[in-house]
Amino acid sequence: MERMAFDTAHLLAGGLVLVSFMMIYQDRLQALLNTFTLHAVVLSGAVAWQAWTQAAGHLYVTAAIALIFKAIIIPSALTRIVQRLGIHREVEQVVGTGLTMLTGMGLVALSIVLMLHVTSKATAFAREDLAFALSVVLLGLLMMVTRRNAVSQVVGFMSLENGLILAAAGARGMPLVVEISVAFSILVAFIVIGIFLFRIRERFDTVDVRALDSFRGERR
Amino acid sequence: MIEAAAIATLGLFLLSPLAIALRGRASVSGLIYALSILPCLGLVGVGLMGLGDRHSSAMVLPVGLPWIGAHLRLDALTDFFLLVVGIGGAATSLYAIGYGRHEEEPGRVLPFYPGFLGAMALVVLADDAFTFLVAWEVMSLLSWALVMAHHREAEVRAAGLIYLIMAAFGTMALVLAFGLLAGSGGDYAFAAIRSLPRSMPVSIAVAFLVLVGAGSKAGVVPLHLWLPRAHPAAPSHVSALMSGVMTKVAIYAFLRVVFDLIGPLPWMVSPVLILTGVATAVLGIVNAAVADDMKKILAYSTIENVGVIFAAIGLAQAFRADDMPTAAALALSAALFHVFNHMAFKSLLFMSSGAVLTATGRRDLDGLGGLIRRMPVTSFLTLIGVVAISALPPLNGFASEWMVFQTVLQSPQLPQLGLEMLVPAAGGMLALAAALAAAAFVRFYGLGFLGRGRSAEASNAREVDRYMLAAMGGLAALCVLAGLVPALVLDRLAPVVEALTRSRLPVQSAEPWLTVVPVAVARSTYNPLLVCLFIAATASAAAWVVHRAGTRALRRAPAWDCGFPDPSPLTQYGAGSFAQPLRRVLGGVLLRAREEVEMPPPGATVPARHRVIQHDLIWEWAYLPLARGILKVATEANRLQFLTIRRYLAFVMGTLVSLLLVLSIWR
Repeated sequence: MERMAFDTAHLLAGGLVLVSFMMIYQDRLQALLNTFTLHAVVLSGAVAWQAWTQAAGHLYVTAAIALIFKAIIIPSALTRIVQRLGIHREVEQVVGTGLTMLTGMGLVALSIVLMLHVTSKATAFAREDLAFALSVVLLGLLMMVTRRNAVSQVVGFMSLENGLILAAAGARGMPLVVEISVAFSILVAFIVIGIFLFRIRERFDTVDVRALDSFRGERR
Repeated sequence: MIEAAAIATLGLFLLSPLAIALRGRASVSGLIYALSILPCLGLVGVGLMGLGDRHSSAMVLPVGLPWIGAHLRLDALTDFFLLVVGIGGAATSLYAIGYGRHEEEPGRVLPFYPGFLGAMALVVLADDAFTFLVAWEVMSLLSWALVMAHHREAEVRAAGLIYLIMAAFGTMALVLAFGLLAGSGGDYAFAAIRSLPRSMPVSIAVAFLVLVGAGSKAGVVPLHLWLPRAHPAAPSHVSALMSGVMTKVAIYAFLRVVFDLIGPLPWMVSPVLILTGVATAVLGIVNAAVADDMKKILAYSTIENVGVIFAAIGLAQAFRADDMPTAAALALSAALFHVFNHMAFKSLLFMSSGAVLTATGRRDLDGLGGLIRRMPVTSFLTLIGVVAISALPPLNGFASEWMVFQTVLQSPQLPQLGLEMLVPAAGGMLALAAALAAAAFVRFYGLGFLGRGRSAEASNAREVDRYMLAAMGGLAALCVLAGLVPALVLDRLAPVVEALTRSRLPVQSAEPWLTVVPVAVARSTYNPLLVCLFIAATASAAAWVVHRAGTRALRRAPAWDCGFPDPSPLTQYGAGSFAQPLRRVLGGVLLRAREEVEMPPPGATVPARHRVIQHDLIWEWAYLPLARGILKVATEANRLQFLTIRRYLAFVMGTLVSLLLVLSIWR
């Protein structure tokens, strides 16, 4: 049973990393949003599994929050935004997909090497979890860096946050108050960013952040 | 006792708001300065009584950081430096009653002056690092504000900027030093710091940081650059305080940390101190010997004296590390005695240059001269200060420098070969500095006060008022007294030395005829009364012989024109000509001084020009490249302000990834 618990947690956390890679690979916005939904679903599954194995009731709440906010509300809202802006088919990427994927693999290797060494005294459970969580965080950052569209930067930020929640769940959970406040701050950030998206669009007729740069009068 | 000191300090701080409240009234200047005298005298009383009865007392005030408060404590070292601050402050305040009347904008000086005095007293009284650093910074900032009193002159603004930067740098070094001292425990009370064990490298690092921090305030080479700029820029009574007292507070900080708080230090620290002190002394006095501005000469001479004191402290450290407490006590007594003496004569000389400035409006030697007839009292008092600072017997400068050299003579007993060889060489350099000091002050006095006036202002100078004369007279009397009875001063210093080195000089007042016996009668003694008698006897004998032997035969001839057929006072020796021999001998290397003659082509009617070009090597080789480097880095970094959002994110990520990489490789 112990073995089974560990393998499943491993599978789910690894799945999260895999979905992160899938997100990096997507170059259409609608497909990216769909993948992000999958990301949130896998996350809530991973957290729920942790809740079951650790018998920590409040982690179920975390899983539920992740499922409701991240897998339902935010993707559907973003989808509406994208469709209203009419950019759901837009292709945008700064660095080529292949190079991004290679960099992502390097980052995953780095975080696994690092975490397995740093946490050598912790349980295998926490170690694997933290290594995957750090990978997800770094991949989210990578996504924010390699995308030019404001919407995909938002998605990158959200997936980064998913990585943080995975880490917190693996490390014997954080207090519920913290989780709820983090969830709400994410929501607030999402609202603010959403409003800004429309404001940017109103002003510049695009959500490509290049427009912002050229508005500031800077060379690229 | 501590209560009295705290009340006096508080009184000084309270005078600052009073000065602001009374601004604009005609009598406010005299009132504030007169009121400043009282707390200073209180500090003198506390110091004197404390040195007499040797009790330490402490108190905690509920101000400052919550639950920590401000710790104050009186011990022998504090008592001595309170005495220095008190005497310097009282004399300067008395002087300023007269000098302040000539201030054009008293509102720029008055509010800061008493607070500056109070901050210096508080630095000395502080018994925890937090109070110490706050008082130190208040002292720096208020003195900066005082330097900037005449901020409309571009030179003053430049001096203020350099001073502010150096003061901030010094405080930063002190903050780091106290951070290291307190360790990870986080208890910043001096008592806790004292009892904390620490490893040797940490102690050495602390000693170095304090040398930088306190040394930058005291004017130690190469951190002295602000001093000859800022001290002359301030109003003269403030210059007297900064040179005479504030540099001493910096020396207090050094002694407090290195001899009290750190605990044992290896002997390797002492060569650094000795070499720094010697370099400071020589470089300071060479600059003083060629400077043209009266106050600048005094400021450079302050650097020299600080160098002498630091060299003596370095010797004390060497002896202390080698477990020779008697010699360490001698070195430290010499250092402290010189601290006291320098406070007295440097304040006196800055006051007299202020008096000259009031009377003539000038302080360049080439515009002065002949003041001995126009300002006889000032000139006489200045002469006393000049004789004292030139280390001529029987005044106090000789007594303390003689003791420094007695310390140097102890060096053959040192076990380390390096020190044994270094110390006599250092002694030689100190002797060179002493001789150059005499040359510099012969020039100072001869050009400023003797001869004929080189400008209309100098020829029509009027004697200054009685407050200024009284203050200078008091300090001159102090110089004479400390010179004639150094034995009494040394006995007063004994508790301080005993607290820091666990040894002391032999009791001096027990010796007959007020003789000073630093080690033993068999080695060397100094009896100022005897020397004084000898000087008086030989001088009167010489005068008598000259008068008797001079011819009395009458002879009719044109009056001798002293070699100046042209009656213009400009044909006299000038500041540049007096300095030329020294500039040629020493300045060629230390200042890279060059003389250039521009001859006009034949037939042209323009005059030929003779120019002296000097370089400040430390400024050009150390500070300018540093400033250029900082500017370059800042210009490069400025580009970072104008990046795209994505690049900022890339920076964040790059930093994170590279830190992770470092962590995984280094581990």
